[in-house]
Amino acid sequence: MSNDPDATVLEVTDLVTRFSSERGTVNAVRGVSLSLERGRTLGVVGESGSGKSVLSRSIMGLMPGNASRTGSVRFQGEEILNLPSSELRRYWGQKMAMVFQDPMTALNPVLRIERQITESLHEHIDMSKTQARETALALLTSVGIPEPARRLRQYPHEMSGGMRQRIMIAIALACGPRMLFADEPTTALDVTVQAQILDLLQDLQRDRQMAMILVTHDLGVVAGRAHDIAVMYAGRIVEKAPSARLFAAVRHPYTEALLRSIPKLEMDKHTRLDAISGRPPDLVNVPEGCSFAPRCGYAQDICHTDDPPLQADADDPSHVFACHFPVGETPVPTPGIKVDGRPPRVAADDTTTPTTTGAGTTGATPTGGVY
Amino acid sequence: MSTPPPSDDPVEPSKRLPVGAYLAIAWLVLIVGAAIFADFLPLEDPTAEVASLPRMAPGQEGLLLGADNNSRDMLSRTIYGARASLTIAVGAVALGFVVGGLLGLLSGYFRNWIGKVLSSLFDILLAIPALVLALSLVAVLKGGGVQDDDAFRLPTIWILIISLGVVSIPLLARITRGNTMAWAQRDFVTAARSQGAAHGRILFREILPNVLPAMGYIAILGIAIAIVAEGGLAILGASVDPPNPSWGVMINDGKSAMRDAPFIMFIPIVATFFTVMSLNYLGDLIRDRFDVRESAL
Repeated sequence: MSNDPDATVLEVTDLVTRFSSERGTVNAVRGVSLSLERGRTLGVVGESGSGKSVLSRSIMGLMPGNASRTGSVRFQGEEILNLPSSELRRYWGQKMAMVFQDPMTALNPVLRIERQITESLHEHIDMSKTQARETALALLTSVGIPEPARRLRQYPHEMSGGMRQRIMIAIALACGPRMLFADEPTTALDVTVQAQILDLLQDLQRDRQMAMILVTHDLGVVAGRAHDIAVMYAGRIVEKAPSARLFAAVRHPYTEALLRSIPKLEMDKHTRLDAISGRPPDLVNVPEGCSFAPRCGYAQDICHTDDPPLQADADDPSHVFACHFPVGETPVPTPGIKVDGRPPRVAADDTTTPTTTGAGTTGATPTGGVY
Repeated sequence: MSTPPPSDDPVEPSKRLPVGAYLAIAWLVLIVGAAIFADFLPLEDPTAEVASLPRMAPGQEGLLLGADNNSRDMLSRTIYGARASLTIAVGAVALGFVVGGLLGLLSGYFRNWIGKVLSSLFDILLAIPALVLALSLVAVLKGGGVQDDDAFRLPTIWILIISLGVVSIPLLARITRGNTMAWAQRDFVTAARSQGAAHGRILFREILPNVLPAMGYIAILGIAIAIVAEGGLAILGASVDPPNPSWGVMINDGKSAMRDAPFIMFIPIVATFFTVMSLNYLGDLIRDRFDVRESAL
């Protein structure tokens, strides 16, 4: 990674986000560091409750009142972590923007599309009405919406989910942000539309040379689309590597387990899917040691007492992982991941297994199959 | 009123209004139209003695609705009474709508000390019995026992609008607050924030349009309640000054002749009843219609 200050858009150091709740303090993000350069995409992958959505909102500063953050977030060299929201407003929309998960709820149901797109243009750029309208038309065209002039006059309920997500993207891009957060942008969409939206995001990101954080629970979404992939677990990055490298030489047992839980096209019929047993830890009482240890097939005594630090891979320093016993390094006494309490998958057993595939899977959706 | 759960019913609700709605609208148009254009209608002076006898039965001497205790034309008094009653009710709710709506928006959106202070204020106002509060306000604004003819006094109709308006403020504020709290947590508010929208813009351009249907529904019910409340004040002698009519004043006047000439009391009661029922019915229709629109999203 280059250290050219112009190229580095975002630099996050040891970001910690806590929420105070009635049950106690929720440690949603527990010390995340990352940096992102212009035109690069970072895929953030994790299951529900891993803190991946909170991470992107923490970086942007879109926090509710009960949140507290420590660490450092530098955007184009400026520290923005503890700016008041009145100051942050200069960044929101103009310099960083977010595409939300559910286009059904993230658009205002009672406002016309035109108003929703031009709102931020009026707010930040002080455009005239006709200029803003022209810009909105151009934006809709650029996100691939046919008949943009007609669409501008419509309300969200008159459009399909994919169309609405395109509108969301147009809104996010209206003021030309340098940094785009896409928070599970395709989770609420049909599988057939998912690829279109992801391709669109990728094209726009490349054309505009934006930095992008693509948050998803689906490894299949980021494979081939993100330059780097960070795998999050219980509020931490447990493994981060360039995209191709991660899939070729996975080191963290959690990442390995995620990959094994994706159904593959070449699998035999009726193959039972490898699910990761157990649940992610309670972020109010995070257990001592490695937070994945209770679900990890490779876990030893040390894993339950000492939290492994992020370490660089010997072969490739851009590949970091946090594990005492990384995959493919030391021979381990109990191989394989626990599969719903059953012994690891054995080839001979496959064809006779009942057809209950996918029960309790995490991180696997149908698009995972393309990986 | 909170956001209803999404309906799974795929059947498109009928866009046609039920017959009752047309009847309700027709009645309101008739009453409001007559109240507005009373001066141009061929009516007797509502404060003048026009009948040869008091308590003249309807239909006699060309008086369609008869005459009251003081030989005044009941038809004219009913229509001019509608003018007073409706002006007071609509004015009071308009005051509550603007002030209560604004305070409710603020208290629902700012969940810090602003919201807490405002919502305690609403609770305090709501804790005082409405009629007692309105009555004390009327008494104070009318100057109480002060016998100074030079002292500035608001016209009685304004006094009533303000008194009933103050009573309606916490009601509208509470409804607006609840709805604002629900809408403010929606994703599109966060999305607007992430685009750099300031608080004022989020409140008035993103949230307010969504809260308006609920406010409108409560406002329409509020008008109906205010009409009845004016009647309550009239019974206590705190409504418009005699000899001017309002429906409440007319009911109060008719009370003494309930045995001999029940129509004197009955006519303003019927007018009040149909008006209140029409407003409630239309309010319910509006609520249903807007709920459908929300749940279809």
